[in-house]
Amino acid sequence: MNRPVPTFEGASCADSPVLKERGQHEVFCGLTSIIWLHRKMPDAFFLVVGSRTCAHLLQSAAGVMIFAEPRFGTAILEEQDLAGMADAHDELDREVAHLLSRRPDIRRLFLVGSCPSEVIKLDLSRAAERLTKAHAPHIQVVNYSGSGIETTFTQGEDACLAAMTEVLPAGDERQLLLVGSLPDVVEDQALSLIAEMGITPVRTLPARRVEDAPAIGAGSRFALLQPFLGDTALALERRGAEMIAAPMPFGEEGTTAWLRAIADEFGVSDEVFERVTAAPRARARKAVAAKAERLQGKSVFFLPDSQLEPSLARFLSRECGMTPLEIGTPFLHRGIAGPDLAMIPSGPVLSEGQDVERQLDRVRAARPDLTVCGMGLANPLEAEGLATKWSIELIFTPVHLYEQAGDLAGLFARPLDRRARIAGLAS
Amino acid sequence: MKLSVWTYEGPPHVGAMRVVTGMKNTHLVLHAPQGDTYADLLFTMIERRDHRPPVTFTTFQARDLGSDTASLFKDACLEAYERFKPEALLVSASCTAELIQDDPGGLAEALGLPVPVVALELPSYQRKENFGADETFFQLVRTLAKPMDRTDAPSCNILGPTGLGFRHRDDVVEVKRLLADLGATVNTVAPLGASPADIASMGRAHFNVLLYPETGEAAARWMEKNLGQPFTRTMPIGVGATRAFIDEVNGLTGVIAAADDSHLRMPWWSQSVDSNYLTGKRVFIFGDGSHALAAARVAKDEMGFDVCGIGCFNREMARPVRAAASELGLTALITDDYLEVEEAISEAQPEMILGTQMERHIGKRLGIPCAVVSAPVHVQDFPARYSPQMGFEGANVLFDTWVHPLVMGLEEHLLHMFREDFEFHDAAGPSHHGHSSAPAAPATEVVEPAQIAAYGDGNAIWLADAEKELKKIPFFVRGKARRNTEKFATDHGVAEISVETLYEAKAHYAR
Repeated sequence: MNRPVPTFEGASCADSPVLKERGQHEVFCGLTSIIWLHRKMPDAFFLVVGSRTCAHLLQSAAGVMIFAEPRFGTAILEEQDLAGMADAHDELDREVAHLLSRRPDIRRLFLVGSCPSEVIKLDLSRAAERLTKAHAPHIQVVNYSGSGIETTFTQGEDACLAAMTEVLPAGDERQLLLVGSLPDVVEDQALSLIAEMGITPVRTLPARRVEDAPAIGAGSRFALLQPFLGDTALALERRGAEMIAAPMPFGEEGTTAWLRAIADEFGVSDEVFERVTAAPRARARKAVAAKAERLQGKSVFFLPDSQLEPSLARFLSRECGMTPLEIGTPFLHRGIAGPDLAMIPSGPVLSEGQDVERQLDRVRAARPDLTVCGMGLANPLEAEGLATKWSIELIFTPVHLYEQAGDLAGLFARPLDRRARIAGLAS
Repeated sequence: MKLSVWTYEGPPHVGAMRVVTGMKNTHLVLHAPQGDTYADLLFTMIERRDHRPPVTFTTFQARDLGSDTASLFKDACLEAYERFKPEALLVSASCTAELIQDDPGGLAEALGLPVPVVALELPSYQRKENFGADETFFQLVRTLAKPMDRTDAPSCNILGPTGLGFRHRDDVVEVKRLLADLGATVNTVAPLGASPADIASMGRAHFNVLLYPETGEAAARWMEKNLGQPFTRTMPIGVGATRAFIDEVNGLTGVIAAADDSHLRMPWWSQSVDSNYLTGKRVFIFGDGSHALAAARVAKDEMGFDVCGIGCFNREMARPVRAAASELGLTALITDDYLEVEEAISEAQPEMILGTQMERHIGKRLGIPCAVVSAPVHVQDFPARYSPQMGFEGANVLFDTWVHPLVMGLEEHLLHMFREDFEFHDAAGPSHHGHSSAPAAPATEVVEPAQIAAYGDGNAIWLADAEKELKKIPFFVRGKARRNTEKFATDHGVAEISVETLYEAKAHYAR
């Protein structure tokens, strides 16, 4: 098999030691993933059982409130819920009944645990069971935790998909399952590339509508679209499915390697693979090259945010000519990030977790050309003269696969481009 | 338990963050899980601050809960003190840490730090952001401020401006200018821009200017009682309130001075004939209590609007807002439920909303123009230009920002004159404000005399002539005319809407 796995002399990051840090974390909690999950599933409502802080986080992270009644909300715990004056379960049933009566379009209800609901040990799985019975068969109720004491940012999607996996029907049909919620336009590109290679049937998790939920079993092979889906992968394996390990489909090289792994699993010939991928590969290379000019030879420092960091570092170092100085990630899943890390020559510091003050000291000492960080840190670093790319955009913008490879490079190039354009402003 | 989709206020610890982020040489250690660090971005992104808020989060995780979250908190305090060397350290817990009851105050006290430690009790499950800011500032003042000799010349402190405050940055500048004209020296502005040392010297002032009751009233009352400093009651928003504020300050300094109003244009702008069209515009006002009250006064007495609805989201201000509403012959809407506000606005059918960013979105959906007069803040509320709400320049700013969402006076007359011209087909719409969300029929549509059509969920049907007449009404008020007519028809049991019904309804609602 002529796999296009590129090689280099010497060790790769897959063997690098990991700097584990345990201090102040500056990352979102898993609730944030509701912002993109609810858009992926237009028949779902996400009900956070939490505090005013949870509601405020969702509102602040969403940035805009273009929906009068969004398909997410927070059941805010009040003093009486905590003091035991009101049975929280009765209260929850009442709020859910009220919500569902207002929103007949809702077919899936996610009860999302939060920090306060975890600490008071409010059993949402019991609530989900009870509510499923009460509202069957029209509505499926699933619970998971998006709490900040259990999950960071993208782990919220992982927890959600893992919980969904538990309630998928069983089926041993041989099928390909694409796992991870991408914007529909990108998901459709993936489906069409795979269909052109003759692989069928192909299903997605999450499915856009509840009735399209895949059956799962020993015949299922799955490929992750996002690197942060470790628990979901485990849950799928428990149901008999097998993972197709691959680098993540970012950039021309990553997308090709990802598709190649799928093609190999399903016995697609080299000729077919070549025919299907040649044109989009060429387009992607060209698009990346146009943006990468500004990134060539520049250094980049990743602060932990989404677990996308190893994959993005691989893309930037191999396709855009950048030098990663530190690859920080909130949680490093060796099994999933391994194929990406194996493609990065050793050198950068690999760090997991965070002690934000110490990490910022390292940023200031290294003075990278570009720092990838969260929104709380970006402007302060810019004010110190360091160019930044806020990482949340890498999650909210379509960046996967061939047709978005140029856009992905563009996201990193734009801050540098901007600084160059308005350089005369600095006094 | 209460379902919330959008909130007007954050939790109380965000209020505490607004106080310390506005200040200098102060640090807050917050016992909180990692998710709570999202609040940093409010300051760095919305307010575009070039520094991180001076806040350390302990970011405890589930695995810490079984072991020792208390020592995690103590370590965070020590490290924060070592790294930032603040003049005062504040400690508190966010909603989750409140549940694990680690007693941040006691733990921090036991560390024996060489600076004042202020422990904040912020009941997350009862109170909200404004309370958090008010309480934090009050506790700081109570701990740090002491009675001391007064300055020789009349002087005052300005109380209430915070980080992430609605136009606080520019209001402070404008009010300082006013006070300078009036011969009152400003001793300390706090919390915004103050250090703990500045707060400690607040006792030197003769009186206090309470700029924002929401975030400064508890401190003002305590200082009145314990430092003998009276405080001003008028928020100088609008021409009349600014003049009343000047009188109040003159009363406190004992010197009758006038403020320079040579740059005040608002009265003439409101008196000039172009503003005739503003007369009797029905406005719905919603915001924090003090800004809603101020907006009502300006709307009624200075812009010549009719206030058709008023309310606030902070229950603490319910009493004065209810009183003002009853003077206007209205019932105040006191709620933090966004859907209730949307319903009330939809019911009142105002021609304009004076609200918050939340009402701006409501207005977009309902096709009603909106000017923003109150927190909660949005990146648009931190403009690059100088844009106060208070004082004489503030009055100028109010006139502009309230009028711009409306169709301009002369332009409205021209639109009316040319409404039948083909360039003014409905789809063109006005370019500078949201137009009716209801899709209007194309102007070229030929209505057959016999053709009748039913609209909406009302029972009445529109006769063709009435439908044709409706089209002659300018598009920016047509939706309202249609709704009013249908409501009139339903209320009066009219099954078919004729041209006559249309004008009867017009007369009915014009009364």
